[in-house]
Parts: sequence; structure tokens; C-alpha cells
Amino acid sequence: MATSTPKPKKVNRLGLALSEYRGRPSTLCAGCGHDAVSSQIMKAFYEMGINPHQVAKMSGIGCSSKTPAYFLGASHGFNGVHGRMPSLATGALLGNRDLICVGLSGDGDTASIGLGQFCHLLRRNVPMIYIIENNGVYGLTKGQFSATSDLGSKLKSGVINDLPPIDCCALAIEMGCSYVARSFAGDPKQLVALLQGALSHSGTALLDVISPCVTFNNHESSTKGYKWAKEHEELLHNIDFIPYFEPIETVEYAEGEVREVEMHDGSHIRLRKVDQDYDPMSRSGAERLLSQTRETGEFLTGLIYVNPVARNFFDLLDFTENPLATLPQEKVRPGPKVLEETMQELM
Amino acid sequence: MSTQTRPREDLKRKKKQEVVNDFSIQVATVNGSGSQSSNNVLMRAIFRMGVPISGKNLFPSNIAGLPTWFTIRASKEGHAGCKKEIDVLIAMNPGTAREDVESLEAGRVVIYDEKLNLSKIRDDLIYYPIPFSELAGEVVKDVRLRKLIANIVYVGSAAELFGIEMTEVESVIARWFKNKKKAIDLNVQAAHLGAKYVAENLTKSDPFRIQRMEKTQGKIIIDGNSACALGSMFAGVTVLTWYPITPASSLAETLADYLGRYRMDPETGKATFAVVQAEDELAALGMAIGAGWAGARSMTSTAGPGISLMAEFVGLAYFTETPVVIFDVQRIGPSTGLPTRTSQGDTVSLYYLSHGDTKHVVLFPATMKECFDFSIDAFDLAERLQQPIFVASDLDLGMNNWMADPFDYPEKPLDRGKVLTAEDLERVGTFARYKDVDGDGIPYRTLPGTDHPLAAYFTRGSGHNEESRYTERPEDYTNLMDRLAKKHETARTLVPEPIVRYTKGAEIGIITYGSTDVPMEECQEQLRQEHGIEIHYFRIRALPFTDHLKDFVSRCQRVYVVEQNRDGQMGDLIFLEVKDEQGKIRKVLHYDGLPIDARSITDQVMAYERG
Repeated sequence: MATSTPKPKKVNRLGLALSEYRGRPSTLCAGCGHDAVSSQIMKAFYEMGINPHQVAKMSGIGCSSKTPAYFLGASHGFNGVHGRMPSLATGALLGNRDLICVGLSGDGDTASIGLGQFCHLLRRNVPMIYIIENNGVYGLTKGQFSATSDLGSKLKSGVINDLPPIDCCALAIEMGCSYVARSFAGDPKQLVALLQGALSHSGTALLDVISPCVTFNNHESSTKGYKWAKEHEELLHNIDFIPYFEPIETVEYAEGEVREVEMHDGSHIRLRKVDQDYDPMSRSGAERLLSQTRETGEFLTGLIYVNPVARNFFDLLDFTENPLATLPQEKVRPGPKVLEETMQELM
Repeated sequence: MSTQTRPREDLKRKKKQEVVNDFSIQVATVNGSGSQSSNNVLMRAIFRMGVPISGKNLFPSNIAGLPTWFTIRASKEGHAGCKKEIDVLIAMNPGTAREDVESLEAGRVVIYDEKLNLSKIRDDLIYYPIPFSELAGEVVKDVRLRKLIANIVYVGSAAELFGIEMTEVESVIARWFKNKKKAIDLNVQAAHLGAKYVAENLTKSDPFRIQRMEKTQGKIIIDGNSACALGSMFAGVTVLTWYPITPASSLAETLADYLGRYRMDPETGKATFAVVQAEDELAALGMAIGAGWAGARSMTSTAGPGISLMAEFVGLAYFTETPVVIFDVQRIGPSTGLPTRTSQGDTVSLYYLSHGDTKHVVLFPATMKECFDFSIDAFDLAERLQQPIFVASDLDLGMNNWMADPFDYPEKPLDRGKVLTAEDLERVGTFARYKDVDGDGIPYRTLPGTDHPLAAYFTRGSGHNEESRYTERPEDYTNLMDRLAKKHETARTLVPEPIVRYTKGAEIGIITYGSTDVPMEECQEQLRQEHGIEIHYFRIRALPFTDHLKDFVSRCQRVYVVEQNRDGQMGDLIFLEVKDEQGKIRKVLHYDGLPIDARSITDQVMAYERG
């Protein structure tokens, strides 16, 4: 009888299988864009060979903010309060700068209740990934408009949204964010490359991911629905990600066909031209692009802006390389002489 | 309740005989006029003569232009409470001079800028007109500088009038201006001019005098915010996140200064701390909670309006059982209220802050030593109990100047609480984040980043079971709530115990907390000397209450709960605690925004006692 050797289990550079990056079963609606995003998060962390125990998953409130329970079950997670994930994440990173922090938020959590904290996180360039699962609607409270809802979109009850949407990418660039990308939950290949790029970035990496809500905002005219997004998505470029621990294959491209960005950790993002040449290292170019797409209504995805050498918040604070959380007493309680000196000054 | 001042029979006596080391000097100036340094020089010069002092700054919510009063109380007995009667007024503010003079009692002293022409207002005061700006003009020509220097001129004049030694004035000036030789010279010169003018032109006709004594040797002068800042540094705080607010800002600012000086790692030259001025109080507390979750000793400091904004996050920390320390330097509310006036109006809101079933641990320091010690205790308690710990100070404690003994170096090592490391997990072989393993209601936690397959857990509000899994089962929720209640009972055994003093023969008891304790010694003297009444005394130092409270109430026939808010918030909490003896509780309240004084307490207690 012929014997067959079992197929070797596929593992990453740590020897971990993709299944070890899973979380609890999702309780979101079947077909929810957020589950597709969770899958690509697992894949990106797996591909990058990140040990789950190093990861802190942070979130606010809403459908998107529930998702950290559905990936990386072997990582610590913190589901906080509405719109305040940025401060929790900032604090967690202050406490332990070794953590690889990924924040999950939605359009309500970010652009409505959390707009202030979102802006200040970006200003500080806190080293973390911030993912907006943007569906233009409040799901968990059953279908109200958010601050990214399309102008003129209609609720089932007939109410029309008469306020313009906030473009989180444009806002992020204005706030000084050093990695700004837009993607689509239905484009896993691009999303995983952008996530890997985010993981090799040293500052805040913002991903505004159109992630359709199949229950409340997936109708034909919704710019946050599957059909519209699939039909209208225009790629800014094709993205390949080459992690620092893998050799760079040299492929010959025609002049002007490709741009390479070397990231902080030595990884490379390779951007292949689709229609026009686009330089994501130019902040003013990125601003122009987003201003144009706002007028034309185009749905452009890709790496909109990146500054791989921007100083992050840790650089500014200039604190010790060891996590503050676990500094021993002798490092954090000055000796009796210091107390004596301070007392002398007050006499 | 009447808090009228009493007829001052004693003053008639005082006119004949000297009043030594027992009077108050109030300097009335304009905010932003630069009087802070001269007031400090005056206060510290008296202090250096061995005379106990306290210094209170009554200031407006304003940068420049509105009136400010700084009151120095010299008290040979060491009474540091507010004194209702001002004995010496130094009137430098034309805007309030008339009102300031009118509010004095007969026989008191007015030192004033000659051109204000105040002596016509009343004829029952002692007036010392002095041409301050002209004298200042002899030292400097620049108009702005002249205004500043005029302040130090009155210090010299007061020194001459009341016998404050000029050598002490000089040495305080030298310390205050550190190595700035020019500033030292100018100020010393101006002080001497002020003294010389008095010596040559005025005849002393008041009874007040400072005389060297030996009661301040080895003592320090400090404000409560600085004491809390020092305590926090010695508690090993590593993350300070805050948002500016009066009267709490100087706590964070002073701490940031101290950390910069004393907490740079000698090996790497890097900070062993992170200080972040947040975008608002919500973010300030959010960051502190995130840091506490990650295992850092984290804190924020704020006042009432900030506490309101933090309410939601406090609930999250309570239910997720995340350590964090929150300083509340209380003031009058609301945001547009009287931010520069003191209050104990946050007592109940701190205890129950947030939504759902929450109750917290609140520490109430009453002295500078306690500001220091309780700051250290707060961090230990936060990590031991895994919950927010409030330190409830107030503007009077926090921003005024107090004499104190130097602080003792903390003997106890840091208590980092029940944290399981990877090695612990390997040994124990099991971990459930919210399981009451030890029967004290306090579970074990792991820190993010712990390299062990058992370590990870998902943190979320109250919808979790012992394993920290999502649940909406009624029994899981009640289990959680009951365990948190049990943890609160454990907290009772860990918080600072009250200070209790029983006096033989006393029938009534007085309960205070926080800065309301300050005038109590004086109040006790008044009750004893004026009315022959002895009291039992009980000072609450923390919420939740310890068992001592019920014992105390049962040993008294009537209990007066004294506090600085309108409704008697602590009185209400006591009322709930002593179910069988509620009839004994009476409230003595003070809520005009000024620090409570002994006379107000004595009078209110006596009004009750007389029925």
C-alpha cells in the first residue's frame, strides 16, 4: 500500500501557523467587511512573523471595536470607551514601548465622538497602527449616520444626510500623520501589503479601510457598499511588500514604472505604476490628490502618503529603552539623599 | 448660621501690651504686580526667626489686573488655619483699598502707599503712610521695575515696624533670587530704604511684634501640590498625563520639574518617566489608564471640572480593574465658577464617580506630611487593589504655604500588587484574569507583553466572566459585582485609618477630613477656654470608612461633622454608615470659598449646643 507523507504544515519564520493568529469566532453579521479586515490583520502579523504576545490590540466602541476579540487571541486586548482608544493606546505604549500596538476603530468612533483624540494621536505620531473600518454608518446602534456618511444618503426611514463626510485621510495628512493609506475590505491583496507596511513604520500608520456594512449601508448607491466600491476602486499603484528579513528580488522595470520606499525597519514597499506616476513621499502631492478626489468623487486606494523617517512620540519623550512598566524600584525611587536635598531647599 | 466676629475685648488689653508672634499680615495687591516674591520674602523672614507661619494666597481667576490678597499668619502656637481678623493690612491696591480698610476691626494697622490717602476713611485704625513708589524710584528708574521694587520696599518697612530682622530678610532675598546678583542687590537696597523711611519718619504705635523664638528650626515651608508631587516621585511614578487646570496644574508641573532633576537614568541619561500634557482631561485619564493597564505607575491630576470629564473612564478602570492614581485638587464648581476658591465639594462625586454600580477609594490628606505619604500609599493601593485611587486635596492645601516637618523617606518597598510573570504562569499552570483566587476579591493580572501562552486576556467593561470572556449571563454579572463589592470590603482594611482622640469627660464628638482639620486645634482651644467644652475628635483619612467610625459615633452623644461644602456630603455618607445612630449627626458647614477658620466652627457648634 502506498504511504503518503503528511503535507508539512505551513509556518512563518517563528514556526507559527496562520491558525495561531486567530481569535474567537466573530459575532458580526455574515459578510461584514470587518471580518475580511480581521483576516488580513492575521495574515499580515503572520507574514511579518510577529509574536502575538508582543501585540496590544486596542479599540473603542462599535462593531469595528469588537473585532480585536476575533483575531490574535494570544495577544492582550483592551476594548475601551467610545472614541477614546487613542489615549488608551498612547498610555499603553508609554507604559511599555516594546508593545506592537494595533488600534481598531470605526467611522463613528474616529470621526464623530473620537475626532479630538484621533487628531492628537496623529499629531504626536504615536508608533502604532490605527485602522478605521469605515462603513459610513453606525452599525451597533442600528443604522444612524456617521461623520463619514455620504452627503444625500438615505436611511431606511427616509431621513436624508445633509452634512458632508469627513475625509479621514485628508485630515490625517493635515495632522502630520506619517503613514496614510486607503484601502477596501474587498481588496485583500492590497490591504495585507498596506498592513505589512504599517507594521514596519515607526510612527502612526493610518489605514482608512472601506469596510461595508451589509446590514445598514450596502445599498447600490452607497459609496461604502461592496458593489459601488468594487466598481469604482481605482488603484493608485500596485503594492508589493518585501519584509526586511527576506531578500529583495531584483526585477527589471521600465524607467518610471516603479517606486520603492525603504521603511524604518529596512523593509521595502514597492509601488508599481498603474495610470500615473504618484509619489507618496510628497505631502503636498498627497494633499492635492485628496482634494481632487473629493471633487471628482473618485475612490482611490493605496499608499497616499508616507514619511518613513518622521520622528515619533518616543523620540520626543526621550525616555529609557526599557519599558517604564517594569523598571525596578532602584530606577524609579530616588535615594534618601535626594529627599534630603529637596527638604533643604524648602527650609 | 451666624459667623460674625466677636467683640475684641482682648484688643484693648493688647493696645497696652505687646502682641508678640500672634498676628496676621494681609498684603492687598493687584494680580500680576509681582508681589509673589516679596510676600514670600516677608513670610520666610518671619519663619527664619523661629516663628511658625502659614501663608494663604487669595487670588482671582485672572492673569493681571484683578485684586489679590496674600495673608501671612504668624502664630507662636503653630495655628495654621485661616484667621478671620486681619491685624495688619498692607494696602497696595488702589482698587480695593477703601473696602480693605473698612473691613478691618478697630485698632488694627494699615500700612499704605502714601498717595492712596487712606487715613481719612476711619479714625479708629493705626496708619503708616509710606511713599513706596518714590522710594522704589530711588533704586530704579524704569517704570515697570519700579512697580516690582515697590513690593520689596513694603517688606523692609514691615520688617522695621514689627522687628523682623533685616539679616533674615537679606538672606531670604539671596535664596529666592539664587545667583542673580543684580536682582539681589536691588531688592536688598529697596528693603533697606523701606526700613530706613520707617525709622526716620514714623513712630510705632501698634502692639504687634515679631520676636525670635525656636519653633521652626529644621522645618520646611511647602504647598500641598509640591508635597503630592514629591510623594509621587518617591512612589516611583513613571507615567504622568495631565491637562492644565487651576488649582491642580502646579502639582503636575512641580512633579515634571522634580522628575527632570532626579529621575534621569544615570547609565543612559534617559528619562525613567514620561510626562504628557494631554489634549483634555479625558485623554489625560485615558492615557493614565492605558499605562496602568500596561503595568506602569501612572497618574493624572485635576480639579472638579476635570473629574466630571473623567467620569466615564473612571468607570472603565473600575470594571476592568486597572490601577491608576487621580489627584483632585478641589475648588468651587463649575468650570466657570470660582476656580481660585477652595472647597470640599467633590467628596460624594469622587466616592461614587461614574455610571453603574461604582464606588472607589478616596484618600484625604490633611497635612503636608500626609500629602507626601498618601501620594505614595495611593500608588501602592492602586496596584494592590487594581482600581482607581483618588487623592482628594483642595486649593487651600494644594496652593497655600504650610510649615511642616521634613518628610520621612519611605521605608516600605513599592507594592506592585498581584501581577503574574511568565515564570509565575509556568509555575501555577493556570490563569483566569477575574477569578478571586485568594478570597479577598482581588484577582491576579498579567501585563501585556508577557511571553507565556497563558498570559493573554481581553480587557472589556463589565461583560466578562472570570476568564475575561465575553458574557451577558446574569449570574456572571452578579458574580463580578459581588466580587467587586468584596474587594471594596478589603479596601477598608488597607486604607489609612482615621485619627481618633478621645478626651475624658467629653460628650460631643467632632468629625473632620482633609483641610478642615487645620483649624481644629484652635477650635478645640476656643471651645475649652470660652465654653468649657471638651470634645472627642475623629479625622477621616479615607473612604471607604473603617470600622472605627461606628465605635466613635456610639461613644459620643452628639457628633458634629465639619466640612467645606454646602450640603454636608461626608455627613450624608456617615449618616448612611451609622444606621442606628443617625439622630446624633449634625452638620457644621463652611462654603464661602475661603479656607475654614476656627471661629466659624466654634460658633456653629455652640449655636447647636445652646439649642
